[in-house]
Amino acid sequence: MKRTVFVSLLAALLSLSPARGGEVDISANLEAQVRAFWQTPAWVGQDDAALQPSIISTTEIRWYNDSGNQRAAFIPYLRWDTTDTERNLVDLKEAYWAFEGNDYEVLVGANTVFWGVTESVHLVDIVNQTDLAGDIDGEDKLGQPMVSLTLQRDWGEITAFVLPYFRERTFAGTDGGFRPPIPVDADNALYESSSKQRHVDFALRYSHYLGDIDIGLSAFSGTSREPRLTPSTDGTALLPVYDQVEQFGVDLQYTKDAWLWKLEAIVRDGATGSITAAVGGFEYTMYQVAESSADVGLLLEYQYDGRSELEPLTIADNDVFIATRLAFNDVQDTAVLAGLSYDTETDESFLNIEAERRFGDNWFGELRVRAFSGAEPGDTTYFLDKDDYVQLSIARYF
Amino acid sequence: MKQISIKIRDIIWPAVAAMLLVSFADSAHGNSDIERGFEIAARSDRTDVGFGDSQVELTMVLRNAAGQESSRSLKITTLEKPDESVGDKSLVVFDTPRDIEGTALLSHAKILDPDDQWLYLPALKRVKRISSANKSGPFVGSEFAFEDFTAIELNKFDYTYVREEQCGKFICDVVERTPRYENSGYTKQVSWVDQTDYQLRKVEFYDRRGDLLKVLELTDYRNYDGVWRAHKLSMSNVQTNKQTDLIYGDYTFNTGLAANDFVKGRLSRLR
Repeated sequence: MKRTVFVSLLAALLSLSPARGGEVDISANLEAQVRAFWQTPAWVGQDDAALQPSIISTTEIRWYNDSGNQRAAFIPYLRWDTTDTERNLVDLKEAYWAFEGNDYEVLVGANTVFWGVTESVHLVDIVNQTDLAGDIDGEDKLGQPMVSLTLQRDWGEITAFVLPYFRERTFAGTDGGFRPPIPVDADNALYESSSKQRHVDFALRYSHYLGDIDIGLSAFSGTSREPRLTPSTDGTALLPVYDQVEQFGVDLQYTKDAWLWKLEAIVRDGATGSITAAVGGFEYTMYQVAESSADVGLLLEYQYDGRSELEPLTIADNDVFIATRLAFNDVQDTAVLAGLSYDTETDESFLNIEAERRFGDNWFGELRVRAFSGAEPGDTTYFLDKDDYVQLSIARYF
Repeated sequence: MKQISIKIRDIIWPAVAAMLLVSFADSAHGNSDIERGFEIAARSDRTDVGFGDSQVELTMVLRNAAGQESSRSLKITTLEKPDESVGDKSLVVFDTPRDIEGTALLSHAKILDPDDQWLYLPALKRVKRISSANKSGPFVGSEFAFEDFTAIELNKFDYTYVREEQCGKFICDVVERTPRYENSGYTKQVSWVDQTDYQLRKVEFYDRRGDLLKVLELTDYRNYDGVWRAHKLSMSNVQTNKQTDLIYGDYTFNTGLAANDFVKGRLSRLR
């Protein structure tokens, strides 16, 4: 199935040479990233280098035909990490061809889609696999092979997805941080379905807005993007187990004046039972504080997850997320997001600060600080306790 | 008779006094000035009616007080809603700086209610409904506020005619306009509309304290089969000495766009 998708994609791309008309837009960026750790790693085998650099490159090749009803994208992503080979990645974030009619669109190939409204956790967003080795915040995604059909109607937009090939989650390797005491062997995953990665998944998404309310409804049937972890027979590794699941999701946002009220909820059924989870809260923004150009946002979200211990671990079970977003609205688009997630049952907390700005026209810098505290042995984030880090990245755009 | 005449006098004198008071108030902002101000603005607005839809690429040049420049390139697509009680729909897509390439802002303008706005963030491929209460905030770090882009609907303002004066090679009507919508950063705007082509030539923006904040000059007007468009908009902040120029390329009109091209779902299908 994977081969068929990529062959047809290649054929599509080959037929799109500029000589055939249309417009090709090529851009790229190269990012140098360094992570600085100041604690001694907790687990045997973890590299104790204080500075762990990596290089990331993204190339975007986009094509549009003259009449504007066809487009294609080819976006290879490369990551090379000096410390943890499991963090090395070659991915196609996007590699698709799309045809757009008056009120419909057909897309064939690899793509990334995002569903949802909340900031602290993305419950309903299920189409793309998480590149967890890339970033522990779960916002880095892997390109998902798909055929999708979107219908645009007065009563909203509806998209049906056929997902013919499954992407496995990336995990930090033995050398890397952010792993359990026993490393995850991502290459020897187990599947409930005998078709393994070739199991064909389906998804359906409805999205619309009514005045101040934006609504999304979603359904998914197929291989869970979120694996359980089970010890290997020799006990030297944890193996990801991908169950078959059905998930229904709803996301709502009510936008009134400077308030954004948000809610996401899911029900997921699988081999190990049923999960109900929800996250809700608000984002309130004070514009041009103290007669400056800067905006200050306040975010508060509550995360509930009623999953049993048999299910994949989550740190977002009974947590309060409180954050502030500063947008300076300057020429360099300087912005800071600083947030704290606090587990009301176990007193674990996770601090996350992200600051970014542009330098000149083509350089972009980002600083991230992440720290874990309050975890006792047995708590979910205990294995991350020595993984506090600062990450600095500088990207050049071409 | 006497009693009746007294009664009439009792009625007439307060009425005359009230009329005198009203006409006194009117001498400052006469009904005729209000009507005339609206007529001038409406005549200018209606030179635009029937453009259907338009597409234009532009460069935004931001200059700080020290003269340092940086630029952004963007594309604006607009769908006209001919009914003056309904706002236009517009889509702004950024091409540069490269790190925000593909970022898009979709606006469904309303007249007095807050606009509906969605932002597309290409890094996460995320469509986000955003608050449109931020009327007076700077648009992408420029001297243009959000409302300077979106508040161009006729009925978003009250108008008063001020005077007539020379403006460049034209004779202009000077019309004061005050925002009727909430969250504006302006107490008033003074606009210059020429008497030949009925186009806006200059606008002064007064801040919440009533002080002059910014001056917008619209130049390089070109006529597209009867529809005028300025191709250079210079916004100067007289309080900070910063300036933003918008330099427009050629417009294309009636490209066949429809309401379906301005729905939120389209944001993730643009590229």
